[in-house]
Parts: sequence; C-alpha cells; structure tokens
Amino acid sequence: MNNKYQATIGLEMHCEMKSNAKVFSHAKNAFSNLANSNISAIDLAFPGILPTLNKECVKKALEMSIILNCKQPKYIYFDRKNYYYPDLPKGYQITQMHEPVGVDGFLEYDVNGEVHKALIHDIHLEEDSASLDHYSDYSLINYNRAGVPLLELVTEPCFHNADEAIAFLEEVKRIYEYTDISEADSKKGQIRCDVNVSISEDDTLGTKVEIKNVNSFGNVYEAINYEIKRQIDLKEAGRYQEVEQETRRFDEETGTTIRMRSKVDAIDYKYFVEPNIPKYKVTDELIKEIKARIPTLPKERKAKYLNEYHLSLYDTNIIIKNKDYADYFEECLALKLPPKTVANWLTGVIISYLNKEIITLKEFYLTPKLLKQIIDKVEDKTISIKQAKEIFLKSLEERKEPITYINSDNKQISDKEYLLNIIMTILANNEAQVAAYHAGKTNLFDFFVGQVMKETKGKANPVLTKEILQEKL
Amino acid sequence: MDSEIIKLHEMLIKKEITSQELIKESLAKSHEVQEKCNAFVTILDDALAPEVTDDYLSGIPFGIKDNYATKGILSTGSSNTLKNYVPFFDATAVCNLKNHGAVAVNKTALDEFGMGGTGTTCHTGAVKNPWDQKRMAGGSSAGSATAVALGVYPYALGSDTGDSIRKPAAFCGIVGYKPTYGMISRYGLFPFASSMDTCGVLTRTVKDAAIVVDAMKGKDAKDLTSWDSKNINLYKSLDGQVKGKKLFYIKELVDMANYQNASDELIKHLKNFQEVIKKCQEIGLIVEEVSLDLTLLKAIPSVYVCLSCAEATSNMSNLTGIIFGPRGEGKTPEEIIMNHRTKGFSPLIKRRFVIGSYVLQKENQERYFLNAARLRRIIVDKIKELFKTYDGLILPVSTGVAPYLDGSKDELVKDDTAPLEEHLQIANFGGFPSITIPSGHIFSLPVGVNITGNCYDDANVLNIAYALEKSLGFKNLKQGGKHE
Repeated sequence: MNNKYQATIGLEMHCEMKSNAKVFSHAKNAFSNLANSNISAIDLAFPGILPTLNKECVKKALEMSIILNCKQPKYIYFDRKNYYYPDLPKGYQITQMHEPVGVDGFLEYDVNGEVHKALIHDIHLEEDSASLDHYSDYSLINYNRAGVPLLELVTEPCFHNADEAIAFLEEVKRIYEYTDISEADSKKGQIRCDVNVSISEDDTLGTKVEIKNVNSFGNVYEAINYEIKRQIDLKEAGRYQEVEQETRRFDEETGTTIRMRSKVDAIDYKYFVEPNIPKYKVTDELIKEIKARIPTLPKERKAKYLNEYHLSLYDTNIIIKNKDYADYFEECLALKLPPKTVANWLTGVIISYLNKEIITLKEFYLTPKLLKQIIDKVEDKTISIKQAKEIFLKSLEERKEPITYINSDNKQISDKEYLLNIIMTILANNEAQVAAYHAGKTNLFDFFVGQVMKETKGKANPVLTKEILQEKL
Repeated sequence: MDSEIIKLHEMLIKKEITSQELIKESLAKSHEVQEKCNAFVTILDDALAPEVTDDYLSGIPFGIKDNYATKGILSTGSSNTLKNYVPFFDATAVCNLKNHGAVAVNKTALDEFGMGGTGTTCHTGAVKNPWDQKRMAGGSSAGSATAVALGVYPYALGSDTGDSIRKPAAFCGIVGYKPTYGMISRYGLFPFASSMDTCGVLTRTVKDAAIVVDAMKGKDAKDLTSWDSKNINLYKSLDGQVKGKKLFYIKELVDMANYQNASDELIKHLKNFQEVIKKCQEIGLIVEEVSLDLTLLKAIPSVYVCLSCAEATSNMSNLTGIIFGPRGEGKTPEEIIMNHRTKGFSPLIKRRFVIGSYVLQKENQERYFLNAARLRRIIVDKIKELFKTYDGLILPVSTGVAPYLDGSKDELVKDDTAPLEEHLQIANFGGFPSITIPSGHIFSLPVGVNITGNCYDDANVLNIAYALEKSLGFKNLKQGGKHE
C-alpha cells in the first residue's frame, strides 16, 4: 500500500442467531436442505398474521450488547423498515432503528499481539429475509430463512487495514461461539458483512464506498485490499472524482468489487415503530440475570492460559481460536491434568488427528476422561511417551478405552534386576561394539539402548535403561 | 331471527326450533338481502347446525365481515387483490365463536380492507342502506350492519379503525360496539392501521353485544397487544344501575352556534342529541358540558389520515400476488408486484397509500407523521384526564342520517362539520371502548348516539348504554321502524 494514504474502514456484521424458534414466529430456526420446510403463516405474511416475540433472542441480543460494552435501552421495541423485494414477504423488515439493543460500545481485540480498540456504533436485533436462488430464466424463493433472528453489529470507521478488520471480526466470531449466541458459521451463510472503505491523505475522510454482502472473512480481506488499491490507483491517476458514494459487491471469481448502485438512488425505508409488538421493559433484574449467564470469554481465557497456566502464546492462540478446543482443555484441567501436558497433546496429536480425519472435537472418541487414562500413566512413568502415542492411535482405531492397552501388554519394565540381566547378556554378546565404544565411539551408546528395547519389545523404562548402561559400560 | 340471542337460545333449548331451521331461515334472508342491498361477498349455503349446548351462542347463525380470515372459506377483504384467497387458518375471534357453537352463514362486504366510511368501495359493488336503498349503509362494516338491521341474524362481526363499526350501526339503526383495543385478538383480522384496528360486533341490542364480545374476547398468544379480561363478564355486568354516573359532551361539537348555515338535517340531529341528554338525566345520569380547544378537535381527521394511511401502506405491502392473490403479469418480480397492485386496488386505496408513503418519507416524517403521533398523544391525554372525572363521553354519531349513494364521495377531509363527523376516531386514538346505539329518526331514517369510556372500563360503558337504550326505547330496532 502506498504510504501517502490512510485507509479508513467501517464494518457491518450480520450474524444469524442460534435459537429454537424464529424471532417473530414459532417456526423452527434451523438450517435445512429442504426448501420451505421451516415456515409458518407469519413467515409468509398471510393476511392477518401478527408477530410474536422470541424473548430468548432478546436476551441473547442484550447479552451481546453487554459484552460489547454498549448502553442498553430502557425499553426494547422494534421498527419497520419498508421496502418491496421478492425475498421480503411482509414488504417490511422488523428491525431496530430508534432504540437498538446496544449503542456506543467498544471491544478490545488483538492484532499480532498488539491490543486495539474497536468502537461499536450499535448492535441491533432484526429478522432475516427469505433466500433467492437464481436460475437462467427464473428464480426460486426459499422462506426457511425468513424470520431467522439476526444481530447486526455496526462499527465506527475505526479500522485502517484489512488485518485489523479481520482480527476484529474473528474476535467477534469467537465471542458468538463462546456465548452460544450464534454458531457463526460462514459455510452455512450465518455471517455476512458490509464493508465501508475510504482513503485520505489527511484527517478529512475521503469518499466512502460500501461493499455489500461479503460472505466470508477471506473475502472481506480481499475486498478491502482490492478496494483500497482501486481508490488509490484512481487518486494517483488524478481520477479520484470517479470514486463515488456507491454500493458495490465483491466478485469472488475475479477478486474485484463491482458497482451495484449509487447512494443517490438509496431507498427511503420510511421507518416507523412496529405497532404490533408492545414495548418490553429492560429492568435492572433482567440485565443482572443476563450478566450472570455470560460465560468466560475468549480474551479472559487467553489471559488465564498465558498467566496462570504459563502456556506459550502459540499454544494459547490455537486453543482459544476454537471454543471446542478451549472447552476440552478446561475439562482436562478439571480432571486435574497438568495444563502444559494437555496443551501439548491438544495442539499436537489431537488437532492433527482431527484435521487428518476431518472431524470436530465433538466427534472425537477420546474424551478428556479417556485422555486422562493415558496421561496419568505417562506421568507415573508406567508407559513412555512413545507408547502413549501408540495407545492413543490404537484406542481411536479400535474405539476401546486406552486403559485396556496399558494393563498387561504395554506395561513399562522398571524392574532393575530384570533389566540388568538383559543388559549384561547384550554386552556379553556384542564384545566388538563394547570395545569400539571404549575406544571412543561413544555414539554406540544408542546402539545398546536400541538392543535393550528390541529385547523388551520397547517396554524397558528408557531412563532406567540408560542409567544401567552408563554404569556397566 | 328477529329475536335477541337469549330468546333464540331459550327456544333452542326448549326445542321450539332447531338450529338447522334457524340456519335455513338465516340463509333464505341472506339471499333476499343480497338481492336488495348487495351486503355479502359469500353466502355459506352449506352451513351445518352445530350441537346446541348451554352456551347462549350455540346453534345461532351469525355473519363475518370479509376481512376476518376464515379457514377454507373465501376471505377477500372486499378487494380484487384477494378475490380468490382462501385462508388455511381462522382468525382467533372467529375461532372463539366457533368454540362457543356459533355458526357462520355468510361473509359480509366492506369498504376495501376497511379503508372507507361509505360501504361503496367493495369489489362486489356498493352496499345499500336497509332503510332506503338509494342511500349508503355507511362503512366500512357495511354488509354486517345491513344484514343485522334486516334481521338476517342477531349479530355480525365488524372491525373498527376510525368508526367502521359505530358509524354504519348508526346509519342502519342498530348497536355497534368497539371494545377496548386488544380485548379481542386481532390475529387473522386483515390489518388496516394496526395501532387502531379493533375487532367488534354489530347487534340490535346492547345485551347481545355484551354476550358476543364475552365469547370473542381473551388474551391470545398470537396477538401481543391482547390482554387478559378473564375478570370481566360484560353480560353479567349489565344491571342498568347508572344513577350518579357522570357523562360529558364536547360543547364545540354540539353547539348549534358553531355551525353557520347548518342544514335542516344537522339542526334536527343536534336537537335529537339534546333529547338524548334529557333522557340520560331522567335515568339519573349526570351529564356535563366540557369545552375543548376547537383547533385540537379540528386536527382529529388529519391526525387520523396521517397515521392510518401510514400504517396501511406498510400493512398492505404483503399484497404482492407472489405468495397469494392473483399473480400479476410481468417479466421481473417488480413488474409482477406492480401489475398486481395497480390492477387490484381501487383508486381510493391507492390515494391513501400515496398519502401514507408521503407522510412517512424521510423529509416529511417529522412534519406530518410524527406531529400527527404527537397530536394523537395530546388528544388522548386530554380525554383520559376527563375520564378521571367522568365515566364516559357522549356525542351524536355523524352529522345526520346516511347520505345518498349517488354523488357521495369518500372525501378524506371535509368542511367545518368534519370534527362532528370524525370524532369517533378519538376512541381509536386512545384504544377506548365505544358503543353506538340508535337514538331516533330524522326523515324516517335512523340516527345514533355514541358513548365512549376509558380503557378496560367496557362493562361500565356498556351498562350506561344498556340503561340509555331502555330509556330511549329503540331497542331491537329493525328496518321499517318497528321495535320492541
């Protein structure tokens, strides 16, 4: 990027919430491959229908508002955003314009170990529209998504490059996952972002361009970088007037942004208060109840892992990136397993096994309780690390508890007399190597260890073996 | 079918008549009335007699305004945009009546989606006044009012956003009752202006109105604005004891001096009101004159137009012809939607949509829509303040009798009689219970008087109307002037 210019970026992040029912109807809120299976008369806006209100969604929205350090309103109420579109059955979207669940907040997030502070303009609760599938000469409407609860988070223009924007989005995504407010899975279309980008040479902000409906963080990253470059190139070419207040979209295939419409043509949404949902009082008790249920958030967990458990930053980042990992890790600690050992297992063999098998930690056979069977035996030196890894794989392969492989067969040999006998026999049978060792070929030490292991099928206690060998050689 | 509900119920219980006979009579009358007054969208010739139980309403026929969703039965809102629409669910109010054993025999015509006061804008044509077929029935519950006045059945459902139950009731010489907002669930009622829409009933006696609303009302999980009225039994509350209850009327609306060039009709109408006041006093009611700011009163129609049109344009945005209703022609969704709406709505409704959109536009919203909302609040606060002293507000309905059909236009704002014509909208602004009863005749045509009380005070309002009805002597008034 040309250093002459500073880019300024604002984000709008739409995230589908997790809930049993939709936000304004009793239809199921769930991803379904069967079109129009999770719908009700309300979602289809048949004449005479009225909205209900899913209070759990309101509570979750308030929870997010609290986490984002926002101010909460005295009353929850909703507004109608009026416009015609085939994916909007009522002809209006129920949203929050006058009193969002949260305003004027902030969130601290890390960019490569450096703490940044993002300013939150507002976060509001609204309903999603239906989805459209376009074909060559017709389109189909799927109403499953109509009425699904959405949280829209709007930041101030407070980011200056794509790395900052992505780091922020990832932090928010983690919070959604950790609080169970959303699965925040962009593969299921649960996250969509609008990105506002401008460039300037001084403190005056340049012309703002909006890129709408970017559906993954990867694409947000590319869209920002493309748009910054596009604007700078135009400016450098003396054609900055061509940067217009407009709405563009990101084209995945070419990695570019494409003009949709000018902001001058913006629709007047004719907002007014939704009359069918009475005001819902946000009491101090309600806020207290919601605060009490906020779980330990990723950032707090991170601090704890670093400062209390003394994990490396690398391991910590891997573990907190995924709530399942962090939950697994903490479950292990609850079983009194040593943090560093668990972290090694998790970030090493476990995650690589998950990646290889393409499964999630939830589908992983070795629960913390089963993992404990292995780790405990390593800790008390019954088995070696090498053996432990073998047992780990065998247990996963055969779906049998690790302890079944430890009891008899794999038990480490720590009987000194027994080992001494074996070692004396080996030394007697390999006189030439013993002589060479004494002549200075000390690297032959490993040869002797290998022979002991071969004789004991790998079960000899390696520390004890080395001790005896050193003494006898 | 000329009788009151209790009488019909007794006859059914004593087996002097069967429900099937009542239905047959009601259907025969429906066809007569259709011929004469064009009151219905659908006549349910295959209506079946339900079991007669202890319930007052069981086995007795009734009519449903065609803006209530009825399962498996055409429900048009009297609009071409829904001319083929058959809902798959019942409105809660209809469902409640069915549970009481009531049997629907027809769907009645209305001004398209309830947006009119004349009964002339139905997609099936104008409804004619039962007393004089050259005159209008009043709207929007035109078919319901006409059918009840002609004795098709003892009651029909109406809906009231500005005066849509209470004005046609007056023009047809019957009782029209709009309960407190939210007393009856609106689920399944096609919306006009959600913050003012109220389900209600048209009957020939106050007692019948009480019985029917007792059966229709109740908190409904499907309507968040509905409220629990378990403790209210309107019928049992009718004891006629009104001595010492206080009513007020608004001086500016009924003072002859305020109407220069007053027509003979208006003079007679206001005189009728003075007689009503005397009757009130005879039965021990205290009636006082209260003076209100005429500017505020004159604002009522404009406030109503701004707010109701704004809500209506949004509420009816679901009528696109994509999910239900006749599909419009066109290559793009926009064309399909536009053609459906252009073809389907009558010019009056389109005019209201334009007004609604205009007052909601960003640059106009503060000046029109939000100022109207503020004025609504000021008017309601003023009336509520008076309800601390008074049990109710009593005023004449409209400026006289039902107007002639030809030459009538549904003008949105009229001349200096506008506040008198439109004051019933106050009850919709505040969600107040409000009832119209017949109060006499001018030129052999009925006129009515209205009583409006404070929210949740329905029992008190109905009891006052009940006592006054008795005193006035127009109970169970039917076309032709014969009454009990």
